Amino acid sequence: MAIRERLSGNEAVAYAMKQINPDVVAAFPITPSTEIPQYFSAYVANGEVNTEFIPVESEHSAMSACIGAQAAGGRAMTATSANGLALMWEMLYIASGARLPIVMACVNRALSGPINIHNDHSDSMGARDSGWIQLYSESSQEAYDNMLMAHRIAEHPDVLLPVMVCQDGFITSHAIENIELLEDEKVKEFVGEYKPAHYLLNKENPIAIGPLDHFTHYFEHKRQQAEAMRNAKKVILEVADEFYKLTGRKYGYFEEYKTDDAEVCIVVLNSTAGTAKFVVDKMREEGKKVGLVKPRVFRPFPAPEIAGALARFKAVAVMDKADSFNAAGGPLFTEITSAVLAHGATGPKFINYIYGLGGRDVKADDIEFIYNKLLEIAAPGKVDSIYNYIGVRE
Amino acid sequence: MGRIVEIRWHGRGGQGAKTASLLLADAAFDTGKYIQGFPEYGPERMGAPLTAYNRISDDKITIHSNIYEPDYVVVIDETLLEAVDVTVGLKEDGAIIINTTKSPDEVRPLLKGYKGKVCTIDARTISMETLGRYFPNTPMLGAVVKVSKVMDEETFLNSMIGSFKHKFASKPEVIEGNMKAIERAMQEVKGL
Repeated sequence: MAIRERLSGNEAVAYAMKQINPDVVAAFPITPSTEIPQYFSAYVANGEVNTEFIPVESEHSAMSACIGAQAAGGRAMTATSANGLALMWEMLYIASGARLPIVMACVNRALSGPINIHNDHSDSMGARDSGWIQLYSESSQEAYDNMLMAHRIAEHPDVLLPVMVCQDGFITSHAIENIELLEDEKVKEFVGEYKPAHYLLNKENPIAIGPLDHFTHYFEHKRQQAEAMRNAKKVILEVADEFYKLTGRKYGYFEEYKTDDAEVCIVVLNSTAGTAKFVVDKMREEGKKVGLVKPRVFRPFPAPEIAGALARFKAVAVMDKADSFNAAGGPLFTEITSAVLAHGATGPKFINYIYGLGGRDVKADDIEFIYNKLLEIAAPGKVDSIYNYIGVRE
Repeated sequence: MGRIVEIRWHGRGGQGAKTASLLLADAAFDTGKYIQGFPEYGPERMGAPLTAYNRISDDKITIHSNIYEPDYVVVIDETLLEAVDVTVGLKEDGAIIINTTKSPDEVRPLLKGYKGKVCTIDARTISMETLGRYFPNTPMLGAVVKVSKVMDEETFLNSMIGSFKHKFASKPEVIEGNMKAIERAMQEVKGL
């Protein structure tokens, strides 16, 4: 029986970490992810986990300590946000390049400057090419579930890549909502023991990790890393299938909400997808054929699958909670339109909305405005503006 | 899609508007509802105006925006009536619940023409008399449940006993005072 609870997103992630009971957690506090190591350190102090908790002096050191611990043969985890993630930057690449399946909770927050503590996706979107698998979460429930699936994906021998589980800072990290938890023993069984094939503390098979890699081999290693990311696509679905059998909660690369007969569609990540579902329900009652696609897996990017799912709509709005400052749309928009072009879907008209930067609240009215805009576009099939902003004074 | 009851709390930093919203969420959760409880985080300073929110429903809640058209507004600190537009967006068939010694008729002129129900509760006196200190949250919680009828009163009271027993496990002597504060608020709230 699932355990009915109410937890904030941060509580849910810390609870998942408690049930996973990793060998090492190294973290440095930064709003809004601070509560995760805070709650977790209480579990350590109370003896509820036997994790070595390393309170480091910076996020650079947090990721470095995770790399050391994982390379030694342990399971390592951390949590961070915004500038904390930015300070980890070079170590993110070391972690993925050394093929260390570290799991990190990223509580999305706007990168400074100007200084802002609230939610957008500029932090994790900036890390999209760092070789980390990225899973996004609409609610506390999804943050919890993604954390439980993360190690299984990361540690699979065909993958061996680090995983970042993202959720919206404050909006879900600090909001109490209903959640269903799994029993400790079920989590233990599902996540399993970490048994690395190669690790530093194995005296029977001594290895080096992180040596100089010249032009003679670096390229091959990068090619293998890219292959591992491709392999992750298969593993993500396998793990999701097993998780579905355990919990009844279904996960894939993305969620399609009321899209079957929809004419227009919004694509949006994390908590705003929940608000969009609310608006879809309301507009459906008014007879409007609107739907939603919510990507869960952004790395690896499910290009053919998402292109296939979007091909049948007349008009699609991709919403980005990060700006690329490239005069050509946000990161999700460029990925999606590129996938659609590459896979030959020519039907839908695409527009982009940058929204919610620095925690600007996204209202149901904003989403409804975008659906109405899409319905206008769908009728004559004419787009007057591709790159747009919503909810900003200009 | 079930109806979602939306509540907005106005308090000042340090008065526990956030805690009150979380307590209400807990109580509603205990009665089997779907809930959300979340504060609006701004510059956090003691005494600065602070807003917190609740959504309560029989069905799963997916919306994750702030609340703009609440069914109920709760004002923990009456000095906010002059500083903040507390009735903005408040539904006319809803109600505002204010912590004040004044009567509903006396505070209505401060509410910028709000035509809906105005309820008042003297949470300070109740708190001082039952708890010996000023904790407006506990009586306000009782008043909100009474006015909004968002959950069954008896189930609510049972849930509160349970959560106080948990919260005050190390000082059980304060449980009775807290329950008394809630019960008195439910009886004494004016303007029903």
